[in-house]
Amino acid sequence: MSYFDLTFYVFAIGAVVSAGMMVFSRNLIYCAVGLLFALASIAGIYVLLGADFLAATQLLVYVGGILALLLFGIMLSVKFTGVELRTGTLQMLPGLIIVAGLFLLLLRMIYRAEWAVQTPGDMLPTTTTIGKRIMTDLLIPFEIASILLLIALIGAAYMARRERS
Amino acid sequence: MMAVGLNHFLVLSALLFVLGLLAVLTKKNAVTVLMGIELILNAANINFIAFSRYADTDLDGQLFALFVIITAAAGAAVALAIVLNIYKQMRSVNLDEADTLAG
Repeated sequence: MSYFDLTFYVFAIGAVVSAGMMVFSRNLIYCAVGLLFALASIAGIYVLLGADFLAATQLLVYVGGILALLLFGIMLSVKFTGVELRTGTLQMLPGLIIVAGLFLLLLRMIYRAEWAVQTPGDMLPTTTTIGKRIMTDLLIPFEIASILLLIALIGAAYMARRERS
Repeated sequence: MMAVGLNHFLVLSALLFVLGLLAVLTKKNAVTVLMGIELILNAANINFIAFSRYADTDLDGQLFALFVIITAAAGAAVALAIVLNIYKQMRSVNLDEADTLAG
């Protein structure tokens, strides 16, 4: 087993175990911590796939930004008296059945399809290529994304502020 | 055990996808449902990047994953604002209690 395989299994098992912790834990803080480790492990998977820029982006945006946002959401929306910070589950058995069926279907699809796989080349730094492509043939999606972020920022700030009476 | 290839990444992505779907289907708290959605988006991103490495040479998959991350960030911000508004209205973010629109 090569170092590549070993690293893959470490990150993959880390991601799946912590995602399972997020799904099956009843404590909201444990859910958030599980998601944190799952996202960090996925960043490791990105590195294994030669996506260095995206791994850094994943750590910055998800682990640094979105997760902090979700934690704020938890803190601002629970009652701190009584049985707080807990979440229940609904329809666990039908959910498990649906999800297991879907997973088996996906597995079958993955192993039966004949992917047009090439042998991957050397891992090169991707930042230059990504920057050049964003500034040339993907310029319009890039600008639309920046306007989308601006709209989301203004909209979220408007919706979450206190009503002035 | 065979060497890690495209299929391993696809199976990992499928596992994370179904776990995220399970969170979306079964959790009561709106914030945990959001976490499930983030997990689903990450599973899709793993697929994009795996195919970008194993089947394509021009980083198209990585660029698509980058835009997915951007959209997820915008979505999370707006969804959190909505969750806070639901909490202000109903004093609870349990999705089964937010049923005033149900007949």
